[in-house]
Amino acid sequence: MAKAEQNPSDEQEVMKGTSAVAKGVMAADPDVVSAYPITPQTGVVEKLSELVADGQLDSEFIKVDSEFNAASTCIGASAAGARAFSATSSQGLKLMSEPLFTAAGMRLPIVMAVANRSLSAPLSIWADHTDAFAERDGGMLQFHAEDVQEAIDHVLMGFRVAEQVNLPVLSNFDGFILTHVQEPADIPSEEEVSEFLPPRDPEFTLDPSDPKTMGAFARPEHWTETRYAIQEAMMESKDVWAQTVQEFKEVFGRDYTEYNGMLDTYHGDADYLLVALGSICGTIRGVIDEYRAEGVDVGLVRPRVHRPFPTEELREALGDAEAVGVLTKEMSPGYESALAGEIKGTLYHAENQPPIKSFVIGMAGRDVNAPEIGTMIEETMEASAPMTFEEQESWPQLREEILNGGDQ
Amino acid sequence: MSQSDDPYENLTITTGAVVEPNTSRVNKTGSWRQFKPVIDVDACIACGQCDTYCPDQAAKPVEGEDYYGFDLDYCKGCGICEEVCPTDAIEMVREVK
Ligand code: SF4
Ligand code: SF4
Repeated sequence: MAKAEQNPSDEQEVMKGTSAVAKGVMAADPDVVSAYPITPQTGVVEKLSELVADGQLDSEFIKVDSEFNAASTCIGASAAGARAFSATSSQGLKLMSEPLFTAAGMRLPIVMAVANRSLSAPLSIWADHTDAFAERDGGMLQFHAEDVQEAIDHVLMGFRVAEQVNLPVLSNFDGFILTHVQEPADIPSEEEVSEFLPPRDPEFTLDPSDPKTMGAFARPEHWTETRYAIQEAMMESKDVWAQTVQEFKEVFGRDYTEYNGMLDTYHGDADYLLVALGSICGTIRGVIDEYRAEGVDVGLVRPRVHRPFPTEELREALGDAEAVGVLTKEMSPGYESALAGEIKGTLYHAENQPPIKSFVIGMAGRDVNAPEIGTMIEETMEASAPMTFEEQESWPQLREEILNGGDQ
Repeated sequence: MSQSDDPYENLTITTGAVVEPNTSRVNKTGSWRQFKPVIDVDACIACGQCDTYCPDQAAKPVEGEDYYGFDLDYCKGCGICEEVCPTDAIEMVREVK
């Protein structure tokens, strides 16, 4: 584990990613867990239901008829003052989309684990980031974990940040690659967590003795302000996040403090930098080692936080690069990869503007192997500005032979 | 929170739009209706089905009478009450000014 050193005194358990995240949730002691099963997330809520049934977790476990109602139940519970958790994936996250925008507008600090998966059609159950990016504009904080340990830790830090800035959190971890992997992880104890995560203390709750309306119809003269308040809270959350990773390190010994917790880098001062989210970064690190052994000055910048967007941090990390290659498992048809577009936007007013190439890879679980990453490093090294729009984005894994009905 | 005439008077934005209760008193939802329910008081058996099914709780027993009526400040004109009424006591008629 390159990015966060394990505390050597920790006892590690080897367990499936979904179970490990569930145990992390248990340590956060949520009052309400609402759940609907969807692959590859199901194991998270399955494990939580087991922990509740076995009396190890004292939570209200609410089974619902759809993801829409899993999110809605969390909204009701959170509005009443509860600490609420749910988990989902892909189409389930889309079905939650409407209530999740409501949760953000109502400023409810619900934490959701999202086992990232592609969106239909065609139906696929495998990992990419299309689901998370489709919820990008709702007002939910978004984190991306590289491994199981980080997925656990992001849930804990997620509650802490969410409850200070009153915004919901989508804590992303790649479907199957992280949900179904067996990895050693430190499961924080409730005693440790209670030191780090105080009980929730909401400013307003639904309370029959003090009746009020939350999330009501708002007139045009109020609505802009609610959206502005979300933007302010998002920006404030950067400071809260910086403080959270600091205290997390003090309590648990794991260090996520690089770039205030926003970015994780590997040879971050290299001439050529790759940017990617989530589990693929493990493979990228390996390929970087190979290239560096041959004298190529290449490194990795991995945003751990996607919302709020790490603007200043990315400018600092990428500003001196000769060229940047964004490897991304999402894209916005009709434009380009959203992440690449965001990074270009961030660097627009920066002093230096390295040429940026984006590579759409790993969609719906397609393996990205080391030689392919090597080719992307080489293409990044060849990049120079100006570039046409077509030159900026490539689909290195595209199988042209199966396009157009195969009649070419 | 105390109650005032305008529940939006003390609206709090910082943690979402938290307002005083009873916003429905000022946010009337019956203004865009195309059809309205009209009741045949003799046919109504006061079973309350219309009240049960109305999505806006606009069907209510008329005080002191043995039939139901409709609060047109909130009725959206969906016609569900007409569908569920067991005695066909409700007819939806076009709303005219
Ligand atoms: S028409 Fe619809 S909204 Fe109006 S009273 Fe009947 S059920 Fe209610
Ligand atoms: S459903 Fe029909 S009969 Fe029953 S109360 Fe309503 S109007 Fe009257």
